[in-house]
Amino acid sequence: MIALLLRDLRLAVRAGGGFGLGLVFFLIVVTLVPFGVGPEGGVLARIAPGILWLGALLACLLSLDRIFALDQEDGSLDLLATAPIPMEAVVAIKALAHWLTTGLPLTIAAPVLAVLLHLPQGAYGWLVLSLLVGTPALSVLGTFGAALTVGLRRGGLLLSLLVLPLYVPTLIFGAELVRRGAEGRTVEVPLLMLAGITAATIALMPFASAAAIRMNLRQT
Amino acid sequence: MSLWDYANPVKFMRLSGRLLPVASILAGISLAVGLVWGFFFTPDAENFGSTVKVIYVHVPAAMMAINIWVMMLVASLIWLVRRHHVSALAAKAAAPIGAVMTLIALITGAIWGQPMWGTWWAWDPRLTSFLILFLFYLGYMALWPAIENTETAADLTSVLCLVGSVFAVLSRYAVNFWNQGLHQGATLSLDRQQHIANVYWVPLLVCIAGFVLLFVALVLLRTRTEIRLRRLRALEQRERLA
Amino acid sequence: MADLLTVRDLTVSRGGMAVLEGVNFTLASGAALILRGPNGIGKTTLLRTIAGLQPPVAGTVSAPAGLAYAAHADGLKGALTVRENLTFWARLHGTAGIAPALTRMNLDALADRPAATLSAGQKRRLGLARLLVTGAALWVMDEPTVSLDADSVALFGQVVRDHLAGGGGALIATHIDPGLAAGTLDLSPFRARIRRLDGFDEAFG
Repeated sequence: MIALLLRDLRLAVRAGGGFGLGLVFFLIVVTLVPFGVGPEGGVLARIAPGILWLGALLACLLSLDRIFALDQEDGSLDLLATAPIPMEAVVAIKALAHWLTTGLPLTIAAPVLAVLLHLPQGAYGWLVLSLLVGTPALSVLGTFGAALTVGLRRGGLLLSLLVLPLYVPTLIFGAELVRRGAEGRTVEVPLLMLAGITAATIALMPFASAAAIRMNLRQT
Repeated sequence: MSLWDYANPVKFMRLSGRLLPVASILAGISLAVGLVWGFFFTPDAENFGSTVKVIYVHVPAAMMAINIWVMMLVASLIWLVRRHHVSALAAKAAAPIGAVMTLIALITGAIWGQPMWGTWWAWDPRLTSFLILFLFYLGYMALWPAIENTETAADLTSVLCLVGSVFAVLSRYAVNFWNQGLHQGATLSLDRQQHIANVYWVPLLVCIAGFVLLFVALVLLRTRTEIRLRRLRALEQRERLA
Repeated sequence: MADLLTVRDLTVSRGGMAVLEGVNFTLASGAALILRGPNGIGKTTLLRTIAGLQPPVAGTVSAPAGLAYAAHADGLKGALTVRENLTFWARLHGTAGIAPALTRMNLDALADRPAATLSAGQKRRLGLARLLVTGAALWVMDEPTVSLDADSVALFGQVVRDHLAGGGGALIATHIDPGLAAGTLDLSPFRARIRRLDGFDEAFG
C-alpha cells in the first residue's frame, strides 16, 4: 500500500501537471476576485474567508479527474483490481495521494494569498486549521466522484456537477469557521462539525468509491 | 403471491397497464377539485391576502420534491440488493418528475415570497436546501445517460443516490446552521392542524392527494416507456448478432 | 497434480449480452491451456471473469486467491523507469527482488530507461516481467505475444515453461503458439445461442 502511495506521489511530482497547477489556479482566482469586486480593503477582508475556501475548493476540483483516469487508460486499474490488495485500500490511498499533492499545498499557500485579500490578523490560524481539517474531505469526496466517472470519455464536467453539491457542508462549516475566527467569535461548533464530516467521509466513502470502481470495471 | 413478483417486467407491465388509467383519472379529478376549490372558494387570509393561495401548488410540490427523492432512494436500494430491473428503471423514471417538482416549489416559493418578504429570493435555509436538492436531481439525471452500459448506469446512479441522500440531509443541517431563516416553520402535520384553518386545510389535502396520484401516473407511464425502450434495444442487439 | 483452476458451466456476458455459455474446463498445476476462437467470441470477457473483474452470469470459477492477470494494456507508467515500474508491482504483491525477472525478460540493459521511451515490444516484455514478480501460481494472459518479435516469443515461451515446471499454471488467449506443450480449448462451440424474445424478461438477460 505504501508502494502505491509512493508511486502516485512520484508520478505527480515527475509528470508535473496536477501538483503545481492547482496552486497556480488558486493564485489566479485570488488575483481575479479584487478585479471583480473592487480593490476596497474592507470589502475584501469581509469576503476573504469565503473566497479563500472557494478558491481552494475549485483548485481541488481541477485535478480530480486524473485520480483514476490515467490508471484506467494504461490498464493499471485492471491490474490493481486483481492485485492482492482490497479496492477500498486502493481508493483510500488514491485520496491520500490527492490530498498530499493538492489539499496540503493549498493549505500551506493559503496564508500567503490571504494577505492579498486583507484577511483580518486573528483569522490566519483559523484559516490554516480549517483547510487542514476540511480539505481531506474534499479529496475523499472527489475520489468518489472520480470513481463514478472513471469509464466516461468526457467525465470532467460531469465530475464537477456530481462532486460540487457534495462539497456544500464542508464549504459551509469551513468558511464559517474562518469568518467566526476573523470576528473573534467562538469557533467550536463549526470546527467540530468540519472535523466530524471529514472523519466520517474518510471512514465511509472509500467503501462507496471502491464499489463504484468495481461497477465500472465490470462493464467492458 | 409475493410483492416481489411485480418486479418481474411482464407482470409489472400487465399490472401497471391496468393501474395507469385509474391513477391518471383520479389524479385529474382530485387536482381539478383541489385547485379550483383552493383558488376560488377559500377566503383570503387576513395577513397574507390572496397570495396565500399559491400554497395549493407550493406545499404539495415541495412535499413531492422530497418524497420522490426518498422513493428513488428506496428503489435504488432494491436494485442494489435484489437486482430487480424494474426498480432501477422506476428510479430513473422518477428523477425528472422530482426535479420538476423541486423547480415548481422554488418558483412558487419565489412568487409567494415576493409580496411577503419583498424579495424574489432569500438565502433562507429552506429555499437553499431545495436549491441544493435540485442540484442533486440534476447530477443524478446527468449521470444516467453518460454511462453506456445500462446495468452499470443503474449501479452507479444507485450509489450516487445513496451518497447524495446522506449529503442532502447533511446540507440541510449545515444550511440551518449557516443562516437561521425567514421561512415559517412547517404548518402541515396531522397533530398540529391548529396552525392552519380548516377552510384551507381540506382543499390542501385534496391537492396533495392529487399531486401524489399525478406522480404515480407519471412514474408508471415513464417506467413503462423505459421498459419498452430497453426491450427495443435488446431486440436491435439480437438482430445485429443474427 | 492438483487442479489449479476449475471452471464449471460458466456463462459470461459483455455489454448486457451473454457471449459464452456452458464453458467447462480444469487446469492442473504444471499445465497450460490455450484459448482459441474468432475475434469477438468473448475470450477477453472470459479471462476478465476468471480474473474476478466481473461476476459470472451463471456457473462457478474456482481460482486461487492470488492470480496474475495480464491484459491487453500493460499498466506501465511512462514517467517511471523500467526498474521503478517493476519494483512497484513486486512490492504491491509482497515479493522482493526484481533482478531475476529483469534478466529473464532480457530487460537488464533497459532497467533505468523511462518506460515511455521503450518500443512496443519492449513494453510488452516489461508487462510480462510483471507476471514473474507477482509470485502468483496462476497466470491469466490475454494475447501476451502481441508486438513481440520471434526471439522475444521464444523467451516468453521459456519463461512460461519454467513457471509450469515450478508447479504453476497458465491460461493464455493467443493466436500464436509460443512453443508450449499445452492443451487447446476452442471456444466456438460455447458461443451463446440467440434466444427468441418471448417476454420482457428476455430483454434483461
